[in-house]
Amino acid sequence: MMTRFLPLLALLVTWALPAAAQDENRGPLRIEITEGVIEPLPFAVPRFIADSAGGRDLAERITRVIAADLSGTGLFREIRKDAFISPITSFSSPVQFSDWKAINAQALVTGSVSLEASGRLVVQFRLYDVFAGQEMGNGLQFVGTEEGWRRMAHKVADQVYSRITGEGGYFDSRVVFVAESGPKDDRAKRLALMDYDGANVKYLTDSSALVLAPRFSPTGDRILYTSYETGRPRIYVLDVASVRRRALEAQDGAMSFAPRFGPDGRTVVYSLTRGGNTDLYRMDIATGESTRLTSAPSIETAPSFSPDGKRIVFESDRSGSRQIYIMPAQGGPAERISSGAGLYGTPVWSPRGDLIAFTKQSKRRFHIGVMRVDGSEERLLTASFLDEGPTWSPNGRVIMFTRETQGAQGRANLYSVDITGRNLRKVPTDTGASDPSWSPLLD
Amino acid sequence: MIERGIDMKFLSRLLILMAAMALSACGGAARFGDDNTVNLNGANAGVDDPTSPAYFEQAVGDRVLFEVDQHTLTTQARQVLDGQADWLLRNADYDAVIEGHADEQGTREYNLALGARRANSVLEYLLSRGVPAERLDVVSYGKERPIEICSAESCYAKNRRAVTVITAGVTG
Repeated sequence: MMTRFLPLLALLVTWALPAAAQDENRGPLRIEITEGVIEPLPFAVPRFIADSAGGRDLAERITRVIAADLSGTGLFREIRKDAFISPITSFSSPVQFSDWKAINAQALVTGSVSLEASGRLVVQFRLYDVFAGQEMGNGLQFVGTEEGWRRMAHKVADQVYSRITGEGGYFDSRVVFVAESGPKDDRAKRLALMDYDGANVKYLTDSSALVLAPRFSPTGDRILYTSYETGRPRIYVLDVASVRRRALEAQDGAMSFAPRFGPDGRTVVYSLTRGGNTDLYRMDIATGESTRLTSAPSIETAPSFSPDGKRIVFESDRSGSRQIYIMPAQGGPAERISSGAGLYGTPVWSPRGDLIAFTKQSKRRFHIGVMRVDGSEERLLTASFLDEGPTWSPNGRVIMFTRETQGAQGRANLYSVDITGRNLRKVPTDTGASDPSWSPLLD
Repeated sequence: MIERGIDMKFLSRLLILMAAMALSACGGAARFGDDNTVNLNGANAGVDDPTSPAYFEQAVGDRVLFEVDQHTLTTQARQVLDGQADWLLRNADYDAVIEGHADEQGTREYNLALGARRANSVLEYLLSRGVPAERLDVVSYGKERPIEICSAESCYAKNRRAVTVITAGVTG
């Protein structure tokens, strides 16, 4: 299977179009590129064939979402339909590869949309390697409901992305974040949930209490967050389906914050502050039983589990400045992994296990960066007045984070960036937005 | 608790202000800025009553400031806190919540922990001056509640603070 994919994979890196064709076909969706230019792979996705007049609008919307997902990665470039030589009129007829070769479409996605009277929606698609003149993988069919059309489009795009890059997809996923409104000195914050691309926003709390840093459970069914509902920061767990929440066990007079789930979905690691000192604890969310993991006069916060649940990466100023450490998940000796000049914080373990994403503060600038688990190969991906709080896409390929602009009119927004540092994009949100947490791929 | 601030001294001050306003009206130009406005309903209302929270806030001083990334109390801060302790000991009807804050330079989590350190520095000092522990509480807001919104040291310096907020005590 891999050998069949190889010609396309190679083209991702090396393909270059003649300049004229390049200009003519430049996709409209690229917003910002920080550094380096990779020639994205040109693809065509003609509007999926609808089996009814009513389904045509839906087919158009589904096709647009698929194209936007792929183009949004920065690895693909859509060839607009006005360049097409021959239309696709039937999902089952053979493809005229020469017509797609002529416009340099490396990948071709065709599909059909069938909306039944019951509201049941069936989406089928095929992916073609045009220059090889053959189908890539088998045709697939997704069955759902009309309201779920976006998710079905994301699923098609995930398949295409996955087949061509050889990596898992991330489009059929959601992000929980803090929606912000109002001026800087009177900011209202609410928890909100959206599709990874900013669509389908749903508010989970009102703005009566300050809320901070929501975190998805490993299966995406629950969200941990910090709220000032009682007047002091305390951790809550919210069930996504019912939107019901409950406070976790807390110690009298203490503040608890910075919670994160372990990979078992049962253990929570968090910071607890008592007498001005902040340490790390873990709790069994079902029993409420907690264990102290660190015991030092320094600040220990922003803990994150390794994907295997055996280790915890966290931030501490025990050396006199903020640095990143790793310790066993049961506590014990910690090893410092950050070593560069500057202050390090908010480490988050990649779902692949190989990288730690972090926030770095250096010379009055903030960066989102990644380093290997042993602290080597530090790479800064962004730079701005204030970038912080990275979260990983389900496939460990993209990082979303908060970027806040400076000054009295300063506002927070969500951005995403590829782990190579390319393809920096603003995630569209109606309000200000901060503290994103990316869900796993949905079922 | 605000009402007891409106005493004779305050009324006479108001009358003087009103006379000044009448004079100023003849003079034409709008010489009256916010500085000369007396707000009858706001926090200024009881500032002349030494037993009022408004007096604590403005005359005693309800806040102390910190250096970048620090939570140690400056000499000036200790003087303010001596005044706070005196006031709290004299006005036993009131309790206080000490709020710790940070400027926007720093991550959300770290700033919460830093704000807690600052609030605790104030707490420890007030305890050392004899204020009973059961009358004091602490909370950190990290960088979530700036009072100054520019992104410059002039604003940051005022945001790196611990504010002692007077609350009605159980007996008050």
